Amino acid sequence: MRYIEPHGHMVSRTTDDYQAMALAGCAAICEPAFWAGFDRKSADGFYDYFCQLTQHEPKRAARYGLPHYSWLCINPKESEDMALAADVLALIPEFLKAPTVLGIGEIGLNKNTRNEMKVLEQHIALAVQFDQMILVHTPHLEDKRKGTRLIMDCLKANGVVKPERVIIDHVEEHTIRDVLDQGFWAGITLYPESKATPTRAVDMIEAVAAQRVWLNSACDWGHSDPLSVPKAAQEMRRRGHSATAIDNLVYGNPVKFLSQNSRFKAPAAQA
Amino acid sequence: MSTPQPHPGAPARTREQVADLHFMDARYKLLDLAAFLDRLDRASGGEDHRVRGLRAALPLLLEKDEGRVAKILNLWSDPSIVPIEKADTKAASGVWPGLK
Repeated sequence: MRYIEPHGHMVSRTTDDYQAMALAGCAAICEPAFWAGFDRKSADGFYDYFCQLTQHEPKRAARYGLPHYSWLCINPKESEDMALAADVLALIPEFLKAPTVLGIGEIGLNKNTRNEMKVLEQHIALAVQFDQMILVHTPHLEDKRKGTRLIMDCLKANGVVKPERVIIDHVEEHTIRDVLDQGFWAGITLYPESKATPTRAVDMIEAVAAQRVWLNSACDWGHSDPLSVPKAAQEMRRRGHSATAIDNLVYGNPVKFLSQNSRFKAPAAQA
Repeated sequence: MSTPQPHPGAPARTREQVADLHFMDARYKLLDLAAFLDRLDRASGGEDHRVRGLRAALPLLLEKDEGRVAKILNLWSDPSIVPIEKADTKAASGVWPGLK
């Protein structure tokens, strides 16, 4: 089996995780910028983080034969500080030149505040200015439905963003239909507790949509599982899905979305 | 926009086959939920808003229409539609605190 991990926070993971993912069939990893679990105090902290994402982590992944790509932004959890956000946004264009950067992300909302909205609008404007794809983080738990709607309204209000170049991640049963109905891609994030489980994800694939959808583990510094995508594939297998159907979902779909950026090379084409 | 398309090759299966695959998983989760409610009964203090939300969701499990997960998630969601001025926390609790 082959699969793409299209959203994994590998800076939080060990080399054992890289090894396990490679053994499970992972063919490439994409890593959006996110919250470190604490607030960074200055733009210098983000400069170092962007260097880590664009220079160091691709080398670490390469030791396991894995191409590594990244997305850049200041995450919504640190967007309340508008001055810091402005300083970080000013750093991003320089890093967009790096050969493994795929776009702006994961941007979005956390608690659905006015400042978070302003910084989201600035990120969207930056993506439009530099013709970048967008990876969206939707809020957690009780804030998700409201935040997802606000984010989609914000993207549409921009007027230039093409929905097919945007993936709205962390959808669940109460948001996936709206996201797909409006033409965006949808990401289902597999967490042991707080988002979707592999079994619920496969239910959504069977009942709602198998196209314009990807699965990811997000695997970060919290309770998460870097092998949850292959575990979802295993769930499909034991339910009787064909090998082709599984491959289309965990490999073909992310390749289709990510290949809209010519920097992304489908791993099969690299051989 | 194109309409969402369920998996065209999703295998048909009987309810017995679904139970064979997933009953034990559902069984232990239900027992864990019952044990959690018992544990709450043995504790002191008032009802937490998250537990109130959990109890409010239980009747939805017995509804006959499909879509129980979405109904529960919608029940627990913040129903407002405009951004808030400022948040007093970065975290979400799992249930909208205003749920009655």
